[in-house]
Amino acid sequence: MTKNLRVNTGKAIDETYRISFKFNGSTYYGFKGDTLASALLANDVHLVGRSFKYHRPRGIMTAGSEEPNAIVQLHDNSSRTEPNVRATEVEIYEGLEATSQNCWPSVNFDIGGINNLLSPLLPAGFYYKTFMWPASFWKNYEYFIRRSAGLGKSPTKPDPDVYEHRYIHCDVLVIGSGISGIMAAKIAAKNGFKTLLVDEKPNLGGSTIYQESNYFKINNQNSGSWLEKEINEIKKLKNLEIKTRTSVAAYHGYNFLLARENLTDHLPIEQRKGKTRHKLLKIRAKKVISATGSIERPMIFDNNDRPGILLSSAIKKYADFFGVACGKKNIFLTNNDSAYETTISLIQKGINVEAIVDNREEVDSKLLYEVEKNNVKIFKGYTVTNTFGYKRINKISIMQISNDGQNVLGSKIYLACDCLGVSGGWTPAVHLFTQSGGKLKFRNEDQTFIPNIYPSDQLSIGACNGDLTLDEILINTPNSLKQFFKIKNTEYDRLEIISSTNKSKRNIWLLPSDKVIGKTKSFVDYQNDATAKDIKLALREGFRSIEHVKRYTTTGMGTDQGKLGNMHALGIISETAGAKMGELGTTTFRPPYTPLTFGTIVGRNVGEYFDIFRKTPIHDFHVENNAEFENVGQWKRAWYYPKENENMHQAVQRESKAARESAGILDASTLGKIDIQGTDASEFLNRVYTNAWSKLAIGKCRYGLMLNEDGMVYDDGVTTRLDENHYIMTTTTGGAANVMGKLEDYLQTEWPELDVYLTSVTDHFATVSVCGPNSKKIVSKVIPDLNFSDESFPHMSFKNTKIGKINCRVMRISFTGEHSYEINIQANYGKSVWEKCMEAGKHHNITPYGTETMHLLRAEKGFIIVGQDTDATMTPIDLQMDWIVSKKKYDFIGKRSLYRSDTIRDDRKQLVGILTEDPNEVLEEGAQIIADVNKSPIEMLGHITSSYYSPNLKKSIALGVVRGGKNMMGQKLIIPMEKKNINVTVTDPVFLDKENKRLNA
Amino acid sequence: MFVINCPFCGEREQSEFKAGGEAHILRPKQPTELSDDEWAEYLFMRKNIKGIQFERWNHTHGCRKWFNIARDTSNDEIKVVYKMGEKPPSI
Repeated sequence: MTKNLRVNTGKAIDETYRISFKFNGSTYYGFKGDTLASALLANDVHLVGRSFKYHRPRGIMTAGSEEPNAIVQLHDNSSRTEPNVRATEVEIYEGLEATSQNCWPSVNFDIGGINNLLSPLLPAGFYYKTFMWPASFWKNYEYFIRRSAGLGKSPTKPDPDVYEHRYIHCDVLVIGSGISGIMAAKIAAKNGFKTLLVDEKPNLGGSTIYQESNYFKINNQNSGSWLEKEINEIKKLKNLEIKTRTSVAAYHGYNFLLARENLTDHLPIEQRKGKTRHKLLKIRAKKVISATGSIERPMIFDNNDRPGILLSSAIKKYADFFGVACGKKNIFLTNNDSAYETTISLIQKGINVEAIVDNREEVDSKLLYEVEKNNVKIFKGYTVTNTFGYKRINKISIMQISNDGQNVLGSKIYLACDCLGVSGGWTPAVHLFTQSGGKLKFRNEDQTFIPNIYPSDQLSIGACNGDLTLDEILINTPNSLKQFFKIKNTEYDRLEIISSTNKSKRNIWLLPSDKVIGKTKSFVDYQNDATAKDIKLALREGFRSIEHVKRYTTTGMGTDQGKLGNMHALGIISETAGAKMGELGTTTFRPPYTPLTFGTIVGRNVGEYFDIFRKTPIHDFHVENNAEFENVGQWKRAWYYPKENENMHQAVQRESKAARESAGILDASTLGKIDIQGTDASEFLNRVYTNAWSKLAIGKCRYGLMLNEDGMVYDDGVTTRLDENHYIMTTTTGGAANVMGKLEDYLQTEWPELDVYLTSVTDHFATVSVCGPNSKKIVSKVIPDLNFSDESFPHMSFKNTKIGKINCRVMRISFTGEHSYEINIQANYGKSVWEKCMEAGKHHNITPYGTETMHLLRAEKGFIIVGQDTDATMTPIDLQMDWIVSKKKYDFIGKRSLYRSDTIRDDRKQLVGILTEDPNEVLEEGAQIIADVNKSPIEMLGHITSSYYSPNLKKSIALGVVRGGKNMMGQKLIIPMEKKNINVTVTDPVFLDKENKRLNA
Repeated sequence: MFVINCPFCGEREQSEFKAGGEAHILRPKQPTELSDDEWAEYLFMRKNIKGIQFERWNHTHGCRKWFNIARDTSNDEIKVVYKMGEKPPSI
């Protein structure tokens, strides 16, 4: 049986190279060069899947990326599986296993097929209408809908393949290697442009390459042979790069395009090892030439979706290119000359064509006369009214069309067949052109949208520009290219052309039927099962915008994005609504043109490269000491260091106690550090911080609060005056880059007169912070030469010194409220200094602590964390930090905003301390704060921003923001939780050592 | 994604830059002397034009310099790039 369907002349097929593959568990054979679709057709397999909604049997319809039906799931023995792959694009390889989708238990017997019988109950918008109420039932409905919906199955294991991204810059990008694309690439490259030619198919030459008819000749050779010579020539051109199996997915502004280059999917599995599977090409082209061709239109009639119904052009490609007959009894339905071209090809190969049903009454065409000579019956002025055969077409009925095209006349004729080719004319593939922002115009003669206004330096040529016959392409393409490249002549200016030039067409969007529309199944979108009836229903229900009709009926929303049926949907809308096609416009063409895998999109940004992170110079110590890490900005910070079986709470309690009772050590290297120099450095700080800086003595440190111009707290940190005109500013870990950016912004744009230079030195220094009553003993052991007496080295001061021969800066500053020192040293000595401190503190139980303990310790002191206790709505006044806002300074960033009508309100949310009635009750951060549980609706006064159990105070402490909180000291409030209400009291936010005695302890 | 011709580095991908909002809004020299409304005008009110808009951009992943551009927001075409402190070109 297989032999019968191979016609042995396939251009692409290597019959000496046999390949076995599995489809739905059965083993089949094909040849090298076959697609899964062509190999299945050669084995007489048409039924390949079930439709999405009605589960109707569906077959292969096309021979390209526009395929709506033949989408399959691919497997191999490993964890690889890929859903929703078009069988028409899969090149077969040894070991290929594919299965049908959307059917259970099998494609031959699919239980979901019952939906087909229920279809009168499943009109457009069925789900919207049925499952909307009662709203609370949605969670019940959803379960069943989700189970019955969906196409393939997504993989459950990590993708084992490697993907890459590559940037390409070229002078000219040519998309599509059909005859016009080849001409364009050659002219571009020969005129000195660095050119890239891409095509989604494995071979060059588009549909011309397998054109062997004597009706299409160039310079006295058939057009296929002529093009083959051209292709051989361009392959030798030096400044032309050619990429096949490369599909352009997106065309953005400024000629930026994304393309997927498929490198291994066609190889036998064992040859793929160690190779990149797909490359995402990010192409920036000075000029773009779209030569994306056109897509043949199906026709809309009753039961137009049965297996065995294909596009006429697909039947031609399967015969001419793959050497496969799609059927033994072929009939064509057409409204133009294309089906005759296919018929001639089939006759040449000895494939039987029974009849052609032509919508046109009168046709004067060379091709038609040739077909007539071969005794193929032609029914002029007829249409197909219905088709028969459940899993494969076996019969059609035809009737005459009335003059106005609205009705059928006369008696019904039945014709037996096993394959029906349809040709509704051609739709230029303008997807990429419109993605780029191009504007279309409507051409009435053949009812097509063609490019009109280009938004960038680009050109559409060939069929995608509306040149649908060979002579138009050969005459118009060189002329357009001459203008585009500003050149005088091309080698294609004087071609001898023989072409069939009959362009007559009888365009009827919805073919008439002897049945009323409600009784027909005329599919417009095959993949989503949207019918002409659905579209008309949507219009009856009042939808007018095509974008709305699209969403309501789901027309064009499948993985094929309606490449076949969208034009018919528009046509039916325009006829029904009485609007002109040109005025109706099209739905938006969105990227990607064909689906991309997630692997391709993310490329190498997987695993540890998914989101890059920064490690401190002391990172290895944290890892060796079992630290759990927390992400802060891009940094990995040690969060806590569990010992043995400690949980987080136990570890944090231990670390906190150690820091207060003896000594703790913290890696503070992630804090942002900005080096500020220049004669106006002090003035600059005066302007960016709320407090005054001019009088800060050299060698002293000061805490600063930075606002946004709207008065809200932006960042904080300690800044040290290293010299007369030299400061070092620290910022929060997460805010460092933004603070740097903001300061640069003001310097460059508002105060260019200031002599100030900023350098980010965050990564240049490691910062080791030692705190606790024994910190002085430990640090003085590490730096024995330095005078650590309180007189010489008081709190909030700094010293330049050396550890060994290495310069370092030691600041005596504290975020914990303990006596503490921060050693800043060149980053690569960070770990060594840390280890010296550990060694020196051995007898003092020096305990490394992480960010969680740091947060607890500072909360005991009521120190804020910007971003935790503040959001972008907190002023320093709201934080009860009035002391840091200078009254004397004339201006600083945000000053004016501090007395806007909104910021001076008394009932703003203000930071307060919150203590629970039960000292062991630890509040949840983010919990709401209320005053009265009986009030309806309950009034939310604020929320908890920080909450801990303090081992040093032996009670629960919390910070929170409460509306008017400043004036509520001692007041009882309530934290309502799911299971209970917790009684709390508003207090001062400083819980420990209000007199700051510990700083000098 | 567009290409911006940084006046200091030349043509670079948009991803190297950060947009900084409307250009030519000067910070008042004497904020304390402004009424709430006048200050709010400076602080909050920004244009959102379909057509030519003057914008501040920063070459964050390059020279870190701020500069201005005139961009047509309807098609992202950048008409002019000019340095900070220069007068907006008449377009």
